[in-house]
Order: sequence, then structure tokens, then C-alpha cells
Amino acid sequence: MSESLIEESILSRPTYGTLAIAPGLAHYFVADASGAECVIRVAQAAPKGFMEKVHILYVPTPGENALITALYALGAKRFEHFPTIDDAIARLGDWLADAKMGSQLYLAGTEGLIGQAVAKGEECGLDHTAVQCEHRGSLARRVQCVHCKTMIEKVTTQPVKCPSCDLLLLVRDHYSRRLAAFQGVCINAEDPTEEVEIREVFK
Amino acid sequence: MSASDHLIPVVVSKVVEVNSIIKRFEFKHIHGNELPAFSGGAHIVVEMLDGSTKRKNAYSLMSSPFERGQYAISVRRDDDGRGGSKFMHEKVEAGMKMNISAPVNLFSLDLRARKHLMIAGGIGITPFIAQMAQASELGAPFELHYAARTAAQAAYMDSLQDRFGDNVTCYCDDAGGGPDLAELLSDQPLGTHVYVCGPKGMIEAVVKTATDLGWPAAHIHFEHFLSPPVGQAFSVHLAKAGIDIAVGPEQSLLEAIEASGTPVNCLCRGGACGQCETRVVTCDGDIAHNDHWLDDDQRASKQFIMPCVSRFRGERLELDL
Ligand code: FES
Repeated sequence: MSESLIEESILSRPTYGTLAIAPGLAHYFVADASGAECVIRVAQAAPKGFMEKVHILYVPTPGENALITALYALGAKRFEHFPTIDDAIARLGDWLADAKMGSQLYLAGTEGLIGQAVAKGEECGLDHTAVQCEHRGSLARRVQCVHCKTMIEKVTTQPVKCPSCDLLLLVRDHYSRRLAAFQGVCINAEDPTEEVEIREVFK
Repeated sequence: MSASDHLIPVVVSKVVEVNSIIKRFEFKHIHGNELPAFSGGAHIVVEMLDGSTKRKNAYSLMSSPFERGQYAISVRRDDDGRGGSKFMHEKVEAGMKMNISAPVNLFSLDLRARKHLMIAGGIGITPFIAQMAQASELGAPFELHYAARTAAQAAYMDSLQDRFGDNVTCYCDDAGGGPDLAELLSDQPLGTHVYVCGPKGMIEAVVKTATDLGWPAAHIHFEHFLSPPVGQAFSVHLAKAGIDIAVGPEQSLLEAIEASGTPVNCLCRGGACGQCETRVVTCDGDIAHNDHWLDDDQRASKQFIMPCVSRFRGERLELDL
């Protein structure tokens, strides 16, 4: 099992737990390919009747079908899959717009997916205590360039070059829950000619 | 220091008999000044000078938070109580001068809520009257479910239905009883906050039902009635002051401490806010913990007491005051 490998850091750096069923009237799951196994684990241990209250959104890796089949077989009340995180999150917004108090949200997978789903939940009025997250898979970060505000997806290197304004950014642990992104700040502002080695650190 | 150290001199501007058990009292500043601003759910402490006894009871403000010229409270007569409500009903008349504290709010609306769901039982209606005025002025969606024993005792039911229309649903025990809580709490949009004020059983039922349905604790708000129970007289030693004080059957320990001139913190005077928490130095006997503040371990340890509502029975009680 690939447990999460996130090291302790500053307070704003999110930490994650392990999904466990909480009391609720409706249970919403959002996962990507690396988090699918968490959904399956929870569903298999669930009491009778639980799946009738379950709604699953899934973002597969392109070309992969086995997990779609496995998730579908869980027999949730609703199951939909989308090619991108953005599409799945938009759908989550539609679902939560009609949701009632007593809803629980379970997120499993990479940080990009978790962060955006958390922000959507909050936007829809879901209390943070009704949201559980389990991190799986890549540690790649979603980073916002604080200078030109561009969002950079799947960042694995430190520092990273902003594709929009070309500044070399230090990826901080400082995380914005609202933006669901880590903050990227120019690393060589005093002397732009300074050479900084780019290393792959968020694997 | 506490809010009731800075009392505001007021004159009783109006006394209205709402029904056989409830009276409404209105207060204006003695010089006609504006009274302090407050938000819906706030209460004031009313000082009652009844011969040689000084009582201080907390009552929710029911007047509109947008109306600073006067405050209004409603008092339900409780003949088994400590005599505060009886004093208000029998002795207080229009034109009388009294002192009240500035308002304190321990039961405010959470303004992030998408909707406010209010559940009132009996005289627990009063904070909601102020909250509804606030919510409707702010354009925030709200819904009141108001249960009373009989239609005759259901204070303000008609006028609230006139004022707030479909936002208000009323229930009477003599006409089928209160709301179906499971049904009500299962059908609220995401982002709703629930507020309950009424008898203990009602508060417990709402909190339990909501929690079992998966409502987050931060979305559940409740206010217990703020009224110290009566009991047997007892005496207490205040260790720092080096004095013994006597607590009468209808007096609270807090009132007795105040009467001795010993400084003590307080705010709600109803066992809810935690301000009056006091360390027990010696306890040879039993503390009747009537508060909603201490946890079970703290109670069992006999090292803490909330003087605003709790009492003592036994040989000796010594407090760190
Ligand atoms: S004064 Fe609030 S708990 Fe005692």
C-alpha cells in the first residue's frame, strides 16, 4: 500500500488522514486513479445499505478501464467519471448545490484533486469537519505564481519556471485553501542572473 | 470584572401582560440616551432589589437589534423558582427605576450560514424574535419552528405569523405536538445552521438528532435557559478573602459572593459561558454541578465549581477566592 509520505511542515501545509465512514445522510466520494483503492476499501467495509447513500465521481488515468469497472461494481447510487479534475469538480458543484445538511465528502488521490474538491465543498457551504481526505499517489503540486497569478499544474521540481511570466519560482509549503494551490515566489529576485539548480523533489 | 459591574440605569417604560404566565418589560435609558448596540440572541442581566435581597437574572433581548431607543424582555412567571420572575411579575411597574447590564451575546447567528433554522420551545422564543428581525433585515433566509404547550401560552405566536408569514411554523402540544425533528433536520440545504432555545429535553433532542444525521457540531447552536436553581442554604469559606459566607435557599452562590464584596468573574450567570469558573480548595461534601461548562472529569475531581448555578451540600466547601 502506498501510504502518504508528506512530511511535517508549516501550519498551512495540508495534512491528510485515512477515510472512514462518518454518520451522514449522503456520502460523496471524489477520487482519481491513485485514490480509487481508498474508495473501494471503504465501500467493502461498509455496513449494509451504505452504498444506497453513496455518490462517486472518478477521474481515471487516460486509457485505464479496470478501476472504472471496479468502482462501478460497488453499486453506488450515482457513479460518474470525467477525463479531467476540473470537469469532475464542476460536477461535484452541481451535486452539492442540491445536497442537504448531513452530507459527508470523502476525497482520495493526489493533492490537486483533493485541494480543488475541498475548495468546492467550502464554496457550497460544507463545513470542513464534514470533509475527509486521504492522500495517495504523486506529490506533484498545484502552484500559483504569486507574481502573474498563473496556475501551474503538476509541479514536481524545485524551483519551477513560471510558464507565463518566466520567473523562477520557489515552491513554498505555504498553501492557499481558497485557491487550492501552493504559493510560488521568485527565488532570484535580487539577481535574476543567479543560476539555481532545478531538482525534481515532488514525486 | 464582568459585564454586570457596569450597570446602565434604566426606567421601566412599559409592562405588558402577554398571557397568564408571561409579561413583557420595556426599558429606556434614564436620560433617554441610546442603549448599547446588540445582535440577535444577546441577553442582559437585570438587577432586582427586593428588600434586602439583590438578585440578578439574565433575560434574552427580544426587541429589534436595529432599535436602540429601548430594550424589551419577556419573563415567564416561575413560582417554584428563586423569586426573580415572581418579583418581576409582582413588583415591577412602569415608571420604576432599575439597573441592567450591557448586552452580551452567547447565542448569536452565524452570519456565514446559507440559512438559519430556528427551533423554539415556550419562552425560548424570545432570542429568536430579535434574531428574526436581524435576519430579515439582512435578507438572510430563515425559518422558525415554535412549539408551545397550549395555544393560550404561546406568546407572540400570532404576531410572529403575521410579521414573518410562511417563515414561521407553530406547534401546540394540545394540537398534535412539536415538529418531527428527524424530518425537519433531514431536509435542510447545505450550509444551514440550526439554533435551539427551549426546555432541556428539546435542546438535547435537537442536538442528538442533528449529530446522528451527520450535522457538523459547528452548525448546531443552543442556549439553555439561564436560571440558577433553588436549593438548601449552605455556607462557604472564601480562602483568599478569609471569610465565611452564607448562601440562602433562593440565592445563587455567585450572588452571595458578590454580596460579600469579593471580586468574581461572570458573564452569562447561567452556567454556559465559563467566566465564573472557580477553583475549589477543599470539598467535604457534594457539589451539585448545574452548569453546562465543566466536563465530566472536572466535575468528578471536585476541583472546580461554577458559582452562578451550582450549589453545595456537605460539611465544608472552600473556594480559591
Ligand atoms: S457566569 Fe457564565 S458560567 Fe457562570
